[in-house]
Amino acid sequence: MKTLAQIPMHKKMTVLGIAEGELKPKLLEMGLYPGKQVEVLFKAPFGDPIAVDISGYTLSMRLSEANLIEVE
Amino acid sequence: MKKIALFGNPNTGKSSLFNRLTGLRQHVGNFPGVTVDKHSGFLTVDGKELELIDFPGTYSIYPRSKDEEVVYNVISNTKDPNFPEKTIVVLDSTNLERNLLLFTQIYDLGFNTALVLNMTDVAARNGFEINSAVLQEAFPDAKIIRTNARIGTGLTELKAWMAEESVPRETRLDTLKAKDDFQGQIADTNVRFKRIKELVKEVVNKNVSEADFSTKLDKWLIHPVFGYLIFLVILLAIFQTVFTLASYPMDWIDLGTSSLASWLGTMMPEGVFTSLIVDGVIPGIGGVLIFIPQIALLFFMLAILEETGYMARVVFITDKLMRPFGLNGKSVVPLLSSAACAIPGIMATRTISSWQERLTTILVAPLISCSARLPVYTLLIALVIPSKTLAGFLNLQGLVLFGLYLLGVVSALLVAWIIKQFFKKKELSVFLLEMPPYKSPRWGNVGIEVFQKVKIFVLDAGKIILAISIILWALASFGPGKDMEKYAKTVPAPRAQTEEVMADYESKVASVKLEHSYMGHLGKFIEPVIEPLGYDWKMGISLLTSFAAREVFVGSLATIYSVHEADDNPKQLIDKLKAQKRTDGTPTYTLASGLSLLVFYVFAMQCMATLAVVKRETKSWKWPIIQVGYMGVLAYFGAYITFNLFS
Repeated sequence: MKTLAQIPMHKKMTVLGIAEGELKPKLLEMGLYPGKQVEVLFKAPFGDPIAVDISGYTLSMRLSEANLIEVE
Repeated sequence: MKKIALFGNPNTGKSSLFNRLTGLRQHVGNFPGVTVDKHSGFLTVDGKELELIDFPGTYSIYPRSKDEEVVYNVISNTKDPNFPEKTIVVLDSTNLERNLLLFTQIYDLGFNTALVLNMTDVAARNGFEINSAVLQEAFPDAKIIRTNARIGTGLTELKAWMAEESVPRETRLDTLKAKDDFQGQIADTNVRFKRIKELVKEVVNKNVSEADFSTKLDKWLIHPVFGYLIFLVILLAIFQTVFTLASYPMDWIDLGTSSLASWLGTMMPEGVFTSLIVDGVIPGIGGVLIFIPQIALLFFMLAILEETGYMARVVFITDKLMRPFGLNGKSVVPLLSSAACAIPGIMATRTISSWQERLTTILVAPLISCSARLPVYTLLIALVIPSKTLAGFLNLQGLVLFGLYLLGVVSALLVAWIIKQFFKKKELSVFLLEMPPYKSPRWGNVGIEVFQKVKIFVLDAGKIILAISIILWALASFGPGKDMEKYAKTVPAPRAQTEEVMADYESKVASVKLEHSYMGHLGKFIEPVIEPLGYDWKMGISLLTSFAAREVFVGSLATIYSVHEADDNPKQLIDKLKAQKRTDGTPTYTLASGLSLLVFYVFAMQCMATLAVVKRETKSWKWPIIQVGYMGVLAYFGAYITFNLFS
């Protein structure tokens, strides 16, 4: 199982689901529903946080947050 | 009055629309139970008075932070005083899918709702075509309006709809999920997105768009080396502007209030009332006004950074550095602003969504050395630090000054880390931040932001500052019995009436009066407490009067040592201080007592204006009191250790 935190830059991926937990409803509401296309656009110095294109807008998130998002 | 609620995702231009609709007819109030301000605006359409309430930008009606609860609380309860008759949901036309979630949530509850397609210009430029007819078919009861808040199109149509009679719709508040029913909310969101996804396919027609300008700019602004360099240069530019530009109006305010005070002093009959006005009220008002140039300038520049989208990049590149201290990237700008003045710094913490991180930032911000400490630092450094050159090029005095600033920054981070350990239940630290595309600032928004911030400071913090100024005036102007007059008479009146002699005489009288005032007694009373730090009662008085503002320390010392015109020529005061001897003949101001005072000033919370703002921002006296307490403890022990190390 891969998460968004492990994906190299500029590789288009599809969201499979979000790990259970407090952040799940929030991430979902920001448009990360299963089937959504995502792509890591760039990373901050030190590799964390990362900026992700969520087909439509750019969202920045910490690696700990990206790690909750399962992709393929 | 008809209440209309304004909802929308962050970065949809919702606040621009609010500003466009209501202009300066805005009022900042409270929502019960949360620290977020309630922004109301008023407008008259066809003779009808309407109240528009601007709710915080959210992605959903279900709260994901404490401040977001206002949205849920208001729309879930028909008895709520802010329950709206109509709602406006602002959508970013370039990102309909995510924006439609919030819209459908509100629309489906049965509100009379306007679907405002905002930023239509950006959408068109990026090749989006939006088919309103299909949208209208999907939401038959909604009023669909295309707007461009930047230039004001669609506003007349929106205003007309706001004033119209509401169309009766069946309210379905029963379909609302409970605030803590996360599984129910997740299921609901999934169903909604399924429907929205299909709808957007029909509504939006996206043509090819060229490689984005923002992406190119981000290559530089987020670069591991240039990113930080550019940020540092921007910061330096902001500080230079604040310091140089603000000093002019600050001097005028200073001159204006002191001229007004002395003019009134000669015009009004001598007495307690005149003294209250001349020495208490006018300097108090001056003490409020003097902060306005810095607040206005700093917020002018911060608003530009925010408007252009650069602020999100600053947060992005600094987040990792701040995390170990229990802060996040959003704390960086407030803390750096505090090097100019903690007041705008603390007011700038609004953008931090986590309450724990916001509170931590507020609590440590005054530890960053602000510009008001500079006169104190310069005086004391000139007094006790020899002007030597180290290693051929380092000036010792400059090195000490740098050390004091460094001490402030390091202690702010350490205290933040300690505060982090105190929070029992760790609030979830959520970063998730939208990176808006770069755009030119909307000057109307910048102007209103500056105006609002100054207004909040003057109205809310101003009264507290004025009240404390009057208390300080009373303590310095009255003494037990007739002591002050009695001792003032002991100063021999001069025979020659030359200007210089009279000035000298008057400053001696002022010195004796201050010594025998309640403030003077208080200074002597605390002498045993501050003696271990190397201070005498004269410094005690100056420390106490500093509470009005740190730079008052210099003026108070000048009064006590009866030096006139200390502002124009600090050398006179420095010479006088250097000559001071203790009862045992050793000098009062030594390296040890001077450094001890410097350390005291780095740590101590001696600024009533900051306290007033902390009270305003945390909506409670608890936090300013804790702040005075912990900073006082730090100051006392820091000074104690310093004094003993160097004596």
